[in-house]
Amino acid sequence: MLRLLNLELQKLLLNRTSKILIFVSFVLPFFVILLSSIKINVFGFFTLELGELGVFNFPIIWHLTTFFASQFKFFFAIVVVSMIGNEYSNKTLKQNLIDGLSKKEFILSKFYTIVFFSLISTLLIGLISLCIGLYYSSYNEFSIIIRETNFLVAYFVKLVGFFSLCLFFGMLVKRSAFALAFLFILYILEWIIFGLITWQSDHILAEKIQNFFPLKSMYKLIDQPFQRIAMTKFPDKTELVYDYAVHWNEIIIVLCWTALFVFLSYRLLKKRDL
Amino acid sequence: MESILTINNLTKKFGYLTAVKDLSFTINKGNVYGILGPNGSGKSTTLGIVLNVVNKTEGNFHWFDGNTTTHDALKKVGAIIENPNFYPYMTAFQNLKLVCKIKGIDYSKIDEKLAIVGLLERKESKFRTYSLGMKQRLAIASALLNDPEILILDEPTNGLDPQGIHQIREIIKQIAAKGTTILLASHLLDEVEKVCSHVVVLRKGVKLYSGRVDEMISSHGFFELKCNKQDELIQVLENTKTFGKIKVQDNLVTAFLNEPMKSEDFNKFLFEKGIILTHLVQRKESLEEQFLQLTDNKQN
Repeated sequence: MLRLLNLELQKLLLNRTSKILIFVSFVLPFFVILLSSIKINVFGFFTLELGELGVFNFPIIWHLTTFFASQFKFFFAIVVVSMIGNEYSNKTLKQNLIDGLSKKEFILSKFYTIVFFSLISTLLIGLISLCIGLYYSSYNEFSIIIRETNFLVAYFVKLVGFFSLCLFFGMLVKRSAFALAFLFILYILEWIIFGLITWQSDHILAEKIQNFFPLKSMYKLIDQPFQRIAMTKFPDKTELVYDYAVHWNEIIIVLCWTALFVFLSYRLLKKRDL
Repeated sequence: MESILTINNLTKKFGYLTAVKDLSFTINKGNVYGILGPNGSGKSTTLGIVLNVVNKTEGNFHWFDGNTTTHDALKKVGAIIENPNFYPYMTAFQNLKLVCKIKGIDYSKIDEKLAIVGLLERKESKFRTYSLGMKQRLAIASALLNDPEILILDEPTNGLDPQGIHQIREIIKQIAAKGTTILLASHLLDEVEKVCSHVVVLRKGVKLYSGRVDEMISSHGFFELKCNKQDELIQVLENTKTFGKIKVQDNLVTAFLNEPMKSEDFNKFLFEKGIILTHLVQRKESLEEQFLQLTDNKQN
């Protein structure tokens, strides 16, 4: 396993473009969160400090940081599709196989890399959230700090699932740009199907079905936190109440998709003549 | 003899097209094999199948004694298919390091192999800055990294200039001299003739011949003769059972042997008949002549 990871890391880290993209996808969310946590003086008129709003309180901070950081996953998605696209365009996939890598090992080396970077990203976000939280949070009891750390698990699963989808599209169309276009098409398709079901039956059923779709199920892992922040501000407004928690069934759906995408990538490669 | 690769009844279909049809042959240790055939005869497809990049339709093959999986066996094989494929953004050294990682060997041999192909001074240059000849030589270095049991080369001189072709051939000869088994696919017959001891001849995916180069067609060779008394010479030749077909072109007489005969015996025999030769050469058909004869025979 380490050998396969090591192989892929050499391919990625010696490539300048992917090195920059990896850097951006990890460091950018890190800095955005860090910057938002410091006190910003807007031209001397007033000071903007998000910490004052209570958004950096435990346990809501886990929700907030993972939600924002996951918006940056697109940068690494480019890396994932290009690491497949490049293997095809340089024909190095063929050479790798001739040199004695099995098709299974090839897919696994890509998947391990995805897991590796998702893990690093999760650890980084976890660490920075903990630091900011400890600095700002009004509650510092251990039991409150570790409450809702399952958002970190959700974040990790979300990244692995999304990148596995990219891996599959990369294998399917062999070209990075087209693979990214496919992602967009899938996104539109999910909404079209959602619309069709709403039209034929009702909104609630459509949403229930849509929650099983790949992109929506990944998005659903970490619901948007704005409504929750509003909820804490106006606790008496009951129409704001919604279910924001991470549910195990949501995680299982995404894990199923992940397994399916990795398996399909392998099947595609196995059937294909290079 | 220890077998390295055994192919049994291998068939590959691309839709309606049958690229390889019911092909069987065995590669034994220590010989230099050539796979001959015109373009599109299934050479590269056959190599692709045994190298794990093309899926077979029917039949089977196994490497060595048949107890290793194909991808593990390939770690003991060195192969170059068509164009050299490396990561353009890595240096030669980094590319070879990656191959070492795949094959599970240490990096100690990289410099040695780069020296064999004469790229040691350029090892820190990026692959994309290389010329085609250099790329091809790097591919050979990469194939040699694990001191392979067998070296597979598919059209190794394709697209190279005469100098590059010469360099690659010299390297191949050096490797063959060390006793490494080589499998060379090519449509360039003189290339195969110069290095191979055994050939497999393919046409449209069908095997026409496999065996030693010199036994390809049942021929005992021929004499090329010149003489001042040409008519008498032809008469003598026609009356001798040793000779079959006799061809006359200008003043050069070509006499094909039906049975083996040494040139000194032949010379003595003619001298006794009172014919003095001005020109005597005993030859065997070149691989090209044999190849054309073989493919023509099968066509009829």
